[in-house]
Formats: sequence, structure tokens, C-alpha cells
Amino acid sequence: MRLLLSFFLISIICLKVQSQNIIGRDELQYLINKQDDTLRIFNFWATWCKPCVQELPYFEQVNAQNFNKKQKLYLISLDFPESIKRKLKPFIKNKGIQSEVIVFDGGNPNVWINQIDSSWSGSIPATLLSFQGRKHFQESSFDSTEQIQDFIKNFINRFKS
Amino acid sequence: MRSLLFCVFTLTLFTSALDAQSYQIGQKAEDFSLKNVDGKMVSLSDYPAAKGFIVVFTCNHCPYAQMYEKRIIELHKKYAKKGYPVIAINPNDPEVVPEDNFESMQKLSNKKKYPFAYLFDEGQKVYPKFGATRTPHVFILDKNKVVKYIGAIDDNAKDETAVQIRYVEDAIAAIESGKDPNPNTTKAVGCSIKKKG
Repeated sequence: MRLLLSFFLISIICLKVQSQNIIGRDELQYLINKQDDTLRIFNFWATWCKPCVQELPYFEQVNAQNFNKKQKLYLISLDFPESIKRKLKPFIKNKGIQSEVIVFDGGNPNVWINQIDSSWSGSIPATLLSFQGRKHFQESSFDSTEQIQDFIKNFINRFKS
Repeated sequence: MRSLLFCVFTLTLFTSALDAQSYQIGQKAEDFSLKNVDGKMVSLSDYPAAKGFIVVFTCNHCPYAQMYEKRIIELHKKYAKKGYPVIAINPNDPEVVPEDNFESMQKLSNKKKYPFAYLFDEGQKVYPKFGATRTPHVFILDKNKVVKYIGAIDDNAKDETAVQIRYVEDAIAAIESGKDPNPNTTKAVGCSIKKKG
């Protein structure tokens, strides 16, 4: 029985590693609206988006620097589910991306873009911070790790004062 | 710290002023004169018989713009004869995206046999007035150049056969029957407009 259970668990883990996580808009809203003590960073990007790809290393660095803090980075890929195998996976492997990559397939963008931030026109890159129901959004790219850190600091300072 | 606050404050004012300058629904758009792929300058006033315009900010390099290429051609074929021509404008700075330079625009237009004007926003003066932020980004004007609709072409970029709502076609139908489009503003994923700095 125990053997069967471990076999079952291992196969789940293998499946999870093999298949890229794809989420819809309810799951994304669930992550954004979590009320725990973790600050969440959602970077919306795609492999075809040049400025997105350029800023990824900065986000990776922010993630590495804050590894032990209660902070979580999600690289939300807007690559189409069909291009996961052909483009996204090789990209993640070649660039050695360490942060969590989640593919988002939200249906009609006119619905989900407004749910994420009403000021967002839909261009990427775009980044959302969320912490205990509060949010902070930017629809443009970052040019350095420091810029992202400042963006996060501004957000934290705002509800400290 | 105080000077930093001041900077942030003025910058915020400045950006909101910039925002306020771009066209909102119901505002009249200024005419422009931009170079077409055939080398001639094109203005809205060159279309005296137009009942309106489908102004599309689009470009060569963006995968979303590419996914809509065929649909933009179809829109022009269907609506130009009804008085609503497509006016395509490439807003990107070719120094940032070389694939979007004027020569490449000419090549793409020839290859795809664009039946509409494909204009180059040289110096990037026109797209900020419209408040375009991405490619593709559509602005429908009525015959008085009043902005009636801002947003997406339809609700499915990837798969034309799965489209459920044709926002642009619905908006033109509304204008044709003397009504205001509903929705008059929609959102879509697209490539940011590329500029220096």
C-alpha cells in the first residue's frame, strides 16, 4: 500500500514538473487576492515580447535577493498554450529561469485585463504587486533590479505610513 | 526627501496632463499628415466621402499585429466601400525596433497586398495624441472625426474562428444606425509601442 502511495505521489510530482502550469482567470484572481502575509509580484510577459525578455533577469535577481523574505514572484506568461512545448519550455531551459513560470489563459482579454487593473490597456510588460488585498500596478518595463526594488519599497511604504 | 517628493509630484502632474491630452470618447481628433508606404503624404481630409475611419495603430514585428493582419485587410475590404476605410499607422521608433522601419513597412505592405494606407508616424507625434499604447490598437472616428470607439478588433486574437464578439464591426453598425457603440472601449493584449528611453 505504501509502495503504491509513493508511486502515486512520485507520478504526480513528475507530471507537475513535466507539464507547465496553466491557469485561468479565477485561479489568477485567487493568487492576487490571497490574504496571507506574503507580498506577491506578478510580472506579465511572453517569450515574443522583447522588452519583457529584457527585464526578466532583473526580476530573477529580485527573486534571488529576497529568497527568504515573505515575497513571491510569479512570471505570468501570456504565451499561447500551444507554444509551451515549442517556445516557452526551451526558453526557460536556455535562460535558466529559476522563478515560477505560470502560463495564463484567461479567455476574452476585455474581461480579465480590467480585473487585474482598470488602468491597464493590455500592453506588456506589466507588473502587479499585491499584499493583503492592496494592489500596485505598472504598465511599462523596468531597466534595473533597483527599479523593481524601489517599486516594491514604494508599495510597502505606502501602507506603513 | 522633499525634493524627491516634489519630483514625484510634478512627474505625476505631468503624466496626468499627458493623459488628459489624448483623445477620449466623444472628442474630435485632429487631422494629421503622415507618409504612406507609396511615399505620398496621407491625411484624413484626403477621404472627403468617408463616413468615418478605422484608424489602426499596428506594426510589422508584433506577433499580435501579425495575428490581426488578415482581419485588418478584411475589415478594409468590407467597410471601405461602405465609407469606413482602414488607416493603418505604425507608431514604433525603428531605432528601437529595426523590423518596423519604413522600408520593411513597404515590403510587408507589398507582400500582403495591403489595400489600405499604411502610414509611418515619423517622430512619433500622432500616436500620443490618440493615446495609443499598444499594437494593434483601434480608434473608430465618425465623419466629423469624433472618436466613437477605442480598443480591440474582436475578442480572440489567436483564433479567428473562435471569435464571439466583433467589437469593431459592432461599433460601425452602431454608428451606422445613429447610435453610440456599446462597449465604446475595450481592452486587448498587445505589444507596447516602442520608443527610446
